[in-house]
Amino acid sequence: MEPAPQTSGNAGPANRNLAAQDLRDVRAYVQSGTPYVWLTAAAIATSVIVVVALLLLIAARGMPYFWPADVVVAEYRDPAHEPVRVMAELVDSEAVLTARLKSAGLAVDDKQALYDRLLIKVGNRDQYGADFRHLLSDWLVDRTTPDDVLVLERTEWGNFYGVPVAVKQDGAVVASGEGTYAAWQPLQERANGLRDEIGDIEKGRIGAINYQLEQLRLDERRLALDKRTPASDPAAHAELAQRKMALDAAYAVLQEELGKLYDGIRRDALVVKMVTGEEVEIPLEKIIRGYRPNGMNVLQKTGFYFVKLWEFTTDEPREANTEGGIFPAIFGTVLMVLIMSVIVTPFGVVAAVYLREYARQGTMTRIIRIAVNNLAGVPSIVFGMFGLGFFVYAVGGSIDRLFYPEALPAPTFGTPGILWASLTLALLTLPVVIVATEEGLARIPRSLREASLALGATKAETLWRIVLPMASPAMMTGLILAVARAAGEVAPLMLVGVVKLAPTLPLDANIPFLHLERKFMHLGFHIYDVGFQSPNVEAARPLVYATTLLLVGVIVLLNLAAIRIRNRLRERYKALEH
Amino acid sequence: MSQAAEAAPASAGAYAEPATHLRWRHLKDGLARRLVGIGGIAVLGSLLLIFVYLLIEVLPLFASARADLRAEFRVPGEAGATLHLALEEQSEIGLRVSERGEATFFNLTDGTVREQQRLPVGDRRVISITPVASDREELAAALSDGSVLLFKHTYTVTYPGDKRVIDPGIEFPQGEAALPFMTEPPQSLVVRKDGDRTLFAAVDAQHRIHLRTIEVTTNLLGETTTSPGAEQILDPQLNPDRILVNPLLEWLYVIDAGQGRLALYRLRDDQPPELVSSESVGAAVTQARFLSGGISVLTADAGGRITQWFPARRAETTPDGDAIWYLARVREIRAPAGEVTALGAEQRRRGFAVGTSTGRIGLYHATAERQVLDVAAFDGAVERLAFDPRANTLLALGANGTLKSFTLHNEYPEVSWSALWSKVWYESYDEPRYLWQSSAATSDFEPKFSLSPLTLGTIKGAFYAMIFAVPLAVLGAIFTANFMAPAMRQVVKPTVEDMQALPTVVLGFLAGLWLAPFVESNLPGVFLTLILLPVSIPVLGYVWVRMPARIRHFVPSGWEAVLLAPIVLGVVWFCFALAKPVELLVFGGNMQAWMDQTLGIGYDQRNCLVVGIAMGVAVIPGIFSIAEDAIFSVPKHLTLGSLALGATPWQTLVGVVLPTASPGIFSAIMIGLGRAVGETMIVLMATGNTAVMDFSMFSGMRTLSANVAVEMPESEVGSTHFRLLFLAGLVLFVFTFAINTLAEVVRQRLREKYGNL
Repeated sequence: MEPAPQTSGNAGPANRNLAAQDLRDVRAYVQSGTPYVWLTAAAIATSVIVVVALLLLIAARGMPYFWPADVVVAEYRDPAHEPVRVMAELVDSEAVLTARLKSAGLAVDDKQALYDRLLIKVGNRDQYGADFRHLLSDWLVDRTTPDDVLVLERTEWGNFYGVPVAVKQDGAVVASGEGTYAAWQPLQERANGLRDEIGDIEKGRIGAINYQLEQLRLDERRLALDKRTPASDPAAHAELAQRKMALDAAYAVLQEELGKLYDGIRRDALVVKMVTGEEVEIPLEKIIRGYRPNGMNVLQKTGFYFVKLWEFTTDEPREANTEGGIFPAIFGTVLMVLIMSVIVTPFGVVAAVYLREYARQGTMTRIIRIAVNNLAGVPSIVFGMFGLGFFVYAVGGSIDRLFYPEALPAPTFGTPGILWASLTLALLTLPVVIVATEEGLARIPRSLREASLALGATKAETLWRIVLPMASPAMMTGLILAVARAAGEVAPLMLVGVVKLAPTLPLDANIPFLHLERKFMHLGFHIYDVGFQSPNVEAARPLVYATTLLLVGVIVLLNLAAIRIRNRLRERYKALEH
Repeated sequence: MSQAAEAAPASAGAYAEPATHLRWRHLKDGLARRLVGIGGIAVLGSLLLIFVYLLIEVLPLFASARADLRAEFRVPGEAGATLHLALEEQSEIGLRVSERGEATFFNLTDGTVREQQRLPVGDRRVISITPVASDREELAAALSDGSVLLFKHTYTVTYPGDKRVIDPGIEFPQGEAALPFMTEPPQSLVVRKDGDRTLFAAVDAQHRIHLRTIEVTTNLLGETTTSPGAEQILDPQLNPDRILVNPLLEWLYVIDAGQGRLALYRLRDDQPPELVSSESVGAAVTQARFLSGGISVLTADAGGRITQWFPARRAETTPDGDAIWYLARVREIRAPAGEVTALGAEQRRRGFAVGTSTGRIGLYHATAERQVLDVAAFDGAVERLAFDPRANTLLALGANGTLKSFTLHNEYPEVSWSALWSKVWYESYDEPRYLWQSSAATSDFEPKFSLSPLTLGTIKGAFYAMIFAVPLAVLGAIFTANFMAPAMRQVVKPTVEDMQALPTVVLGFLAGLWLAPFVESNLPGVFLTLILLPVSIPVLGYVWVRMPARIRHFVPSGWEAVLLAPIVLGVVWFCFALAKPVELLVFGGNMQAWMDQTLGIGYDQRNCLVVGIAMGVAVIPGIFSIAEDAIFSVPKHLTLGSLALGATPWQTLVGVVLPTASPGIFSAIMIGLGRAVGETMIVLMATGNTAVMDFSMFSGMRTLSANVAVEMPESEVGSTHFRLLFLAGLVLFVFTFAINTLAEVVRQRLREKYGNL
């Protein structure tokens, strides 16, 4: 390297100084190279800080999402405008230079160099037009947190902030003033119960009927393709007609039931006064939950936190994914990873066993190993393209023509879906499993294998009873690493089956239960979609952080598990080698 | 299997194994060998399949086009000159209109007549036929008495008994009566329709151009009134032989064939046309027509040159700020030998066909500036050329009165070296540019397939990521492997390596929604940190050296990094605290505005700086891990020997460790580069995804991988766009594979070297 002659040139005096370890002289300090060592130390310190800071940032932003923040009522005195009353959650604040504010057209005072700018959530999007506002902290005065402020989570238009004034039943006021909140709560519980029933009928039972009707349509089409006309095969057609009639009848019953439930849920309404003084009537049908954060103590808030957390992991998303839960995304991710594991494990293990146990070691296996290793470095999007072109269009298209001609031109497997996504990711993670399994196989002491063969076991028996059981932790490590990689991969999935909102889960009560051709939702894609494609990014941001936290948590846990297993494995073989 | 396997050891121990059992065990052994072999090779084969598949998708782009002669037959219908040839969408039926107004529909496979209809021209003769709208099914015929007949050829498609039947016919949208226009036979008639307005233009015997606009208005009751505008007569300086008007009725092209001049006039509603510019083509013009889209005009001259023209704006403007237009000579293409006697244009792409007096037909693509095909069709001259709307069939009329229909296999004419990598002058642009714009709402759109901005974007992103990542990762690896206390190393190494598992979608999300706004509002702080942090550390190290020994011994050797962690945090905090005052004092309170006004550098919120940091974080663990392994596995006796000879730890590192480990560090950087080049989600989320051609740190970019992620789902299977995306994928695949192989080979050789040491 270049610096070598330089050091030897200065060897005389530098060495004398160093021998004495006296670096107080600046020249000696520099010549000894110690500053560079400090730089390298700073580099690793910075790297570790970045890692830790990243995780902390995600945790710090993701965790407060479920915490019921206090709602502040205050007056905003912008010198250029009339003072206005504001009721909002304080979301964020940052210091901004006066010059920037001035160029944004605010009447700021030049003498003050910096202003604190708040981001507040005022909610009531249907009334104000936007949920979020930027305000200067100095101008937001007379801040109070009155106990009676009610936060309503709604099925549309986001949160509502206000003070409850009255409860109405069929348009008539049944409670008002002080007792409003108490009178409203049981009514809201009733409405929520009805909403659950409606959801159950619409999603569950009517969904099942629709599925069967679709199957009927396909059956009919299949008959037509087989040239079995009503004249030539009256029995089959009669049966279809009968099934259709039964389904139609069941549908009519459900429809009637649904109508009654809708009448029930639309009965009540809550009148809420906004901070502007205007009163708004909100049907309970549109309200999911209401709470008064300012009146809650820490214990209540903690309880609320876990209720929200539970809802987040078990509920369906609402409002273009910006509210509600992420259950379908969790479910889709888990199912996709499971299917992928089922595919990747046997193939990865067989390939590793072949490379390590059966193939003749030589240039060929070396080349194959390099190739397998390098495939792990091929961009994931390339796997996605391959999945789309080969699996979806070529293989899926052929399957459709052979087995699902009745559905054409609508594709069944010839369109992105969970099977193709799993296959693509299996291909993507194959090198991970192969490399990890091979490493495990290589670590098994030769003596064990030779002992088994010497006792008369065949190679297959040795493999099955001695080698593979001992390598199973390595396979496990490989599988866990593969799962961790697959759970976080998004780019290829965007091409082979992930959607922003899947109407049905890939697993349901309709035969054949597991619908491999369906599209699915995925945590990673959810982050991308809600964070970048949603119309109201500011409102969705906390939810994305929470989703991120969940995903990162799962992946970090998986990786830690893999590392632990690997370490234990190493310990075990160390003992065997002696 | 399991039962038999369990029985095996017991019986083996007894030495009395029945022969059938033994055979069964060996059978199983052989079976397992074969199964594993098949399975192993299948898996490895499927990995190879990826490469082969990508190649298969890409190769058709570079296959040459073909024209297969489908049929050859005499011109159907009555004798006399053929004024118009057209083909229907399915390439089943052709149409020929003769000079006496006979419209003949014929089968393209054998020339048999399907339907014959006479246009209501009476005893008048048809002089010329010109398409009215861009879909080319509405035609206008100039009649010998100066009137104009509008008609349409239509095709009704029915499927009786699941068989396609196409029924051709002629319709008259304005009625069967010819519209009066001139009092003498109109030469070179042009009829154009744009919304309610219809423009008629033609040349008279005195070389003057007659223009008339007819406006059709519909009132609230649904009654239509036709108001013919006043006739304008334009006397151009040259002798017009041919005129052309673009579909939006803005530009009038006047061609003087003999003198080889082309003049461009701007049409206005009420005022006479205004001359914009007049250019010399270079030789006598033999043919002229629009390309599809109606923006570009092609001229063929006696010199065997095809020239493409369209109106463009000059860089400077008039004193009032209005654009100055001129007729741009965009590109020239050599025609096949012989005089150009026919010129036909595709209807949906920028392709065209040229027929010559020697009977050759050349197929070209204007944007790609390339000849796609050259076939010898006739012994004599080619008289007329027509494409079907999908450009699957080319119909050629020879001077000897025969028609030849060719089936074209020409799916990817848009691809050429210059179209992919050079500056291309696209329609409606004022200069040649590098552009990637693959699709638009209209079918007339000229696709822009320059891979240059995407490639540059990829390189740019990877470059900034490496600038950020390499120093941190390599220096960090040096300290961890060479100086760090073993106990600390056991914690630090997995921590950094674990970061590799962080999904890139998370990094991209944080970069786009947290880091980008943060950097935007704290730009001076970011730069202060980048400058002050590396400078301050050696200084603080010196301060540490000057500390009393009691304090220094508090931190044992190898734990310096722990000491530095709070210092690094402190310096970073200090830089950001200083950022606002610095911005106020030096940049007038707004650094972006200052940069824009003083340095002329634009600032995008999602820029390369942000991507560099985010992607840097993504590649640091990979580089760190491999580089650390390489440095750590340098044999200890080498370093100990160097230290024993009196070298300082740093001198040992530079003189002994790094030279030995440098191939490993090189391969670590290569693998990091491979990852940065192919990274998709971070780029997708942390840049604006605009394909730009600059290397500025403060602008965004569009990379090959992000481009694939965005456009692939909407791309039509098998189209040029689809295959170009696969080309991008193949390039990424080959590039990363090559880089990784290089790195892997270097590492293996390094391992052998260590073995020798």
